[in-house]
Amino acid sequence: MVEPGTSFAQRLKSALADSLLAGIIAFALFSLVLGLRTEDNVTGLTLQPRPMLLAVAVGIVFFGRLLLNLFVWQAEYPLTTPFAKLFTRDPFDSRDILVLAATAALGLLAVIVSAVFDVPAFELIGIALLAFVGLGLLRRLIVHVFPDLPYAHIFVVGGILFAVLFPITAYALEQMLNLGMPLRYWFDLSILVLTYVMLGLGLNIVVGLAGLLDLGYVAFYAVGAYTFALLATHFGLGFWICLPIAGLAAALWGVILGFPVLRLRGDYLAIVTLAFGEIIRIVLLNWTEVTNGPNGISGIPKPTFFGLPFSPFAEGTTFSQFFGLKYDAVHGIIFLYYVILVLALITNLVTLRLRRLPVGRAWEAMREDEIACRSLGINTTITKLTAFATGALFGGLAGAFFATRQGFISPESFTFIESAIILAIVVLGGMGSQLGVAIAAVVMVGGFEALRHTEGLQSFFGEGFDPALYRMLLFGIAMVGIMVWRPRGLISSRSPTVALNDARDISPDLVGQGRA
Amino acid sequence: MRPWDQDPVLTVEHLTMRFGGLVAIDDVSFQVGRQDITALIGPNGAGKTTVFNCITGFYKPTEGMITLNDPDGERFYLERLDDHEINARARVARTFQNIRLFSGMTVLENLLVAQHNALTRASGLSFGAVLGFGVSATFGALLGLGGFARAEKQAVELARHWLDQVGLTARADEAAGDLPYGDQRRLEIARAMCTRPVLLCLDEPAAGLNARESDQLNALLYAIREKEKIAIFLIEHDMSVVMRISDHIIVLDYGKKIADGSPKEIRDDPSVIAAYLGVPDEDLPDRDLPDAEARP
Repeated sequence: MVEPGTSFAQRLKSALADSLLAGIIAFALFSLVLGLRTEDNVTGLTLQPRPMLLAVAVGIVFFGRLLLNLFVWQAEYPLTTPFAKLFTRDPFDSRDILVLAATAALGLLAVIVSAVFDVPAFELIGIALLAFVGLGLLRRLIVHVFPDLPYAHIFVVGGILFAVLFPITAYALEQMLNLGMPLRYWFDLSILVLTYVMLGLGLNIVVGLAGLLDLGYVAFYAVGAYTFALLATHFGLGFWICLPIAGLAAALWGVILGFPVLRLRGDYLAIVTLAFGEIIRIVLLNWTEVTNGPNGISGIPKPTFFGLPFSPFAEGTTFSQFFGLKYDAVHGIIFLYYVILVLALITNLVTLRLRRLPVGRAWEAMREDEIACRSLGINTTITKLTAFATGALFGGLAGAFFATRQGFISPESFTFIESAIILAIVVLGGMGSQLGVAIAAVVMVGGFEALRHTEGLQSFFGEGFDPALYRMLLFGIAMVGIMVWRPRGLISSRSPTVALNDARDISPDLVGQGRA
Repeated sequence: MRPWDQDPVLTVEHLTMRFGGLVAIDDVSFQVGRQDITALIGPNGAGKTTVFNCITGFYKPTEGMITLNDPDGERFYLERLDDHEINARARVARTFQNIRLFSGMTVLENLLVAQHNALTRASGLSFGAVLGFGVSATFGALLGLGGFARAEKQAVELARHWLDQVGLTARADEAAGDLPYGDQRRLEIARAMCTRPVLLCLDEPAAGLNARESDQLNALLYAIREKEKIAIFLIEHDMSVVMRISDHIIVLDYGKKIADGSPKEIRDDPSVIAAYLGVPDEDLPDRDLPDAEARP
């Protein structure tokens, strides 16, 4: 913040000094990373200087920081004010409206330019700007119309409504107007996102509520998937019978894992759970007689709609014949979408309900202070086991769903990186916050998948640029960003489970993380 | 026969606790009377908190026997019970020297967690209650959930009762970690009382309290003894508190019991004075005689 009364010259001077320093640091960092490239020649490795790229990178840092200094950090009226106001209830003044209108106009201009001159990069920028301002204003409008509606409820109700209506609406529109939308791809992606929402919500019970750091959650996902796959291929059982069995099998493994690690906390628990995840994967890989080893299990059946299969022909009636529809492969995918949506919502409801029951309160109390729990007569052994088992149950259900969706599973699907992604979803979303976990899953899984379709970036970085390759880099940047701005996750405040008068959210600084 | 020996709620016999070569408690025996306020005092490092940890199950004593005599006549041998069973079955509740509240939970939630076992019993198996999702009262009642709703209401009532007792009703929905220090101390006592104990163990309840808060604490302890008819066993450094409220004082020094008696006896006991003021051992016999004679 700048003191009032500072002259423009003074501000310019300090902004220049700051930007120059940033530029020098950027030059020092980038001079080797970007400025030089090793080329494999006949004579051996040679260094190829890339002065233009270096100049552009340093220039972006210098001018970017200068602009930020002048118009945001040291400005009397920071240009970001109206954007920040989109997320509050403060009234707009005329300057705010002007800035927002200018942003929207810029976005529109970019879209028009891209359409007229065929520059895909501008389309991306334009849509991003328009979407940001548009969604922000929509949120403001909802807050204005329903002033008493808690902030989070808007997201929850809006999100669930969207999730329920999206496939039907999109499919109906496509049928009527024939827009050529890539429906199948959209639905597949949504199913993937919802699977991670469910996994995140399941792990949230163990890590977020009970405060037990579990790095091997994928083991339960694998147990669920293999339980269903083996029962289906060996005994010909269907998805709906196997779903609860898979969940219970995973829960049983949760208890089996829970027993030896009861005495461990924090880092030690993390190491043992990490090992457990690897053990399960390696057993699946090597126990060839049962699991078919690295070749995996194929031919896993799809779920039926109350006994009606989603296939073009079958021995009995198929779904499309029963309802007199023309066969369309998308029907089955929409059905899968609703199955995982219902499973994820059940996970969420059960978590909500458990938090209000003694066992859920004991989980949270254990996260806060295990010794105090024991002094109050709470059996922390049982409490930990129930947390492991409940988390594993949902992991197993998600695993069975994964198996039926893919039709094929192999140990490769259950590597450590899966555990890491699920844990990252829980931590980035805010431990213990179901809404945060859902948002983080959408952003992380959906967002990175969306990178594959940003053709616009190619016009910036050249034809050979594949943004999906930079997924891990962006993942890291997102992690650092969250750590800097929201160290306790996107939604970090805790809502109480019971109130005498009116419930108020609890500041994340007070909430334990179960690491002690 | 001293009054506290007639109907003791807690009998500690030959309690010894060794950590490797260090003898933290050396053959300590004492009794805690059923409706007494009993204080355990001693200089720093005398082994007071170790005695507490043995009674409440956080340490397993090397030797000795700790018996809790329930008002119903049942006996619990605390050295054989797990730490959580000591609260759940023998009904011994404790507070901690460094306050251990669930700071990210509200004041009310802290008091409900303390009633975990009662609520779990009421809900049958907790997972059974999950099936109901609390859809409606009728369906809930069919599944036996009405019992749980009623139990939770009672639990909230008990919590409200103790909030009134410690004067925190207005702050019931605030995070426990947000309360000022004195309130946290009292909340910890309220939380221990919500487990419906027969013996309440307080580890330095007056530590860090100002004079006014200290007086409130004394009033609270009296009220608990008078209304709940339970025994209070406390470690305390503040002599003014100890002398004013205790019925019975036990003094430890270097892990050994050096005195055991009423406040008046303890005040005049030469070995206690020596332990607190650090009088050299050889001076003791000289000062012992006149003091002993002055004893009533």
